[in-house]
Amino acid sequence: MTAQAWTFALVGLTFALYIGVAVWSRAGSTGEFYVAGGRVPPVLNGMATAADWMSAASFISMAGLIAFMGRDGSVYLMGWTGGYVLLALLLAPYLRRFGKFTVPDFVGDRYYSQTARFVAVICAVFVSFTYVAGQMRGVGIVFSRFLEIDIVPGVLIGMGIVFFYAVLGGMKGITYTQVAQYCVLIFAYLVPAIFISLLMTGHVIPQIGFGSTLADGSGTFLLDSLDGLSTELGFDAYTDGRKGLLDVFAITMALMVGTAGLPHVIVRFYTVPRVSAARSSAGWALVFIALLYTSAPAVAAFARTNLLVTVSEASYESVPGWFKNWEATGLITFEDKNGDGRIQYVGDASANELTIDRDIMVLANPEIAGLPNWVIGLVAAGGLAAALSTAAGLLLVISTSVARDLLKKGLRPSITEKQELLTARITAGIAVCIAGYFGIDPPGFVAQVVAFAFGLAAASFFPAIILGIFTRRMNKFGAISGMVSGIVFTAGYIIFFKFISPELNIEAYWLFGISPEGIGALGMLINFVVATVVSHCTPAPPDSIRHLVDAIRRPGS
Amino acid sequence: MNAYWKTNLKYLGILLPIWFTVSLGFGVLLVDQLDTIRLGGFKLGFWFAQQGAIYVFVILIFVYAFLMNRLDAKEKVRQRS
Repeated sequence: MTAQAWTFALVGLTFALYIGVAVWSRAGSTGEFYVAGGRVPPVLNGMATAADWMSAASFISMAGLIAFMGRDGSVYLMGWTGGYVLLALLLAPYLRRFGKFTVPDFVGDRYYSQTARFVAVICAVFVSFTYVAGQMRGVGIVFSRFLEIDIVPGVLIGMGIVFFYAVLGGMKGITYTQVAQYCVLIFAYLVPAIFISLLMTGHVIPQIGFGSTLADGSGTFLLDSLDGLSTELGFDAYTDGRKGLLDVFAITMALMVGTAGLPHVIVRFYTVPRVSAARSSAGWALVFIALLYTSAPAVAAFARTNLLVTVSEASYESVPGWFKNWEATGLITFEDKNGDGRIQYVGDASANELTIDRDIMVLANPEIAGLPNWVIGLVAAGGLAAALSTAAGLLLVISTSVARDLLKKGLRPSITEKQELLTARITAGIAVCIAGYFGIDPPGFVAQVVAFAFGLAAASFFPAIILGIFTRRMNKFGAISGMVSGIVFTAGYIIFFKFISPELNIEAYWLFGISPEGIGALGMLINFVVATVVSHCTPAPPDSIRHLVDAIRRPGS
Repeated sequence: MNAYWKTNLKYLGILLPIWFTVSLGFGVLLVDQLDTIRLGGFKLGFWFAQQGAIYVFVILIFVYAFLMNRLDAKEKVRQRS
């Protein structure tokens, strides 16, 4: 069977599985629609959280990013996993104990203020939309490359699937579909990783192969060989860093705190039955995430070595089939500058003849390593599972925010549960269409904004929730002014360097040498300071709020 | 402040500094110093940044879940008596 036939078969099979699961687990009440009735076992919730969290970016782009960034790529590995420690220790148990449905619910009730609730709703919807557009784009890329379907019908098929199970099943349908999607995506990620580790180092476990000697009998360690190859061609050594120390620190911090503050991640901890289950569920989620996140840097190093060995000084006439396939998509470009018919892939930009899009490393890896056709089809199905599971989780946050936080708790408190459920479903439907449009025709800013969603979440939600739990004195004035100053500072810094004066976006002009990617860490500090100072100059919150905080801190029921 | 909450804060005071040390400490601030030490084919700082920190994160969450479950159980016994 050809790679394309395998891809059709495996993608079709997994889609049929998701639809089957969705029909079996459809939602009947608002409780089931928003939080799956609060009855999801912690291990399954951990799996669903992992699928929800690991997006097209984690599956498709991350290993490629690391392959090209070397040690600096560690910011994503630590940043996107370290946040779960903060979530499990500082947020999830208390929010579960509080026992409502959404993050704006907590912010609105704790700070006894509709203004605070609306600020939180707007942040949640904004963060979720930027994210979901990126997922739909990922669906489009997989369809167009592997199934040779145009991006438009590709995105439409993806939208149709998500629409079906998100609108029908709500959180309950999404949760159980995500469990299935996790199994597909982790299998699809680990199979090629194990194959390549065996080929290159003779070790079954990629995490060990990563630090072992090459299987070619030379006795050199893989990473030493990669460092040597890289410097020989004029690139920086793979295991050395290039970014400034404070910048790496700030980016890692912003990604960690941002992860803990993302509404679609937090809401997952409302779906477990008990407070103790919220704690262990975060642990399981990180176990399932770590399986992929500790394999990714190994895949990155294998792919980078393979790439350098395969293409460097190779004759263009005799390059393998994968090279031509990806060249046709425009994601690999070759320009024979010195006209010798060979590929010079070197660090010096004026002599370099090859440009490779970082996003293709994971997708092309099985082809580069010459793995069997079914593995290539499997990777395509895995990429789709990652994109669809994240998209569904985000759509749910959007529909919940509108139906519950905006309508039921804000503009029209009189609506019945049936009307609320219908509104949630209609909103999810509209959100799918908007997301699909962004996926087909992405505005240029979407890709850039996704990376900054973390900074914005770090500078807004995180301090407000932490202060709401760990101080009883924090009042609405402090929380609102903190959120507003944090987000205005962070967004202002990003907009200035990315959109107003992109030519100034170099280290010399950055505040303390912190890039726009890491500025959320500073925004978070500003939020904490402003909130604390303002709350001490304004009246204490009412007694009922102090009782609410005491109740959250008591042992779980 | 009650004893239950104080014990919880004490656990956080132990676990969060470990979280900080293995990631932002070993993986970022001290990475070049640790890189002079080798762990098989890895430089130690590089290993913490790309592997070790993540393993420690997983352990930290389960340790906290275990400690808090034990504390919850004790609190239940105390309330009954």
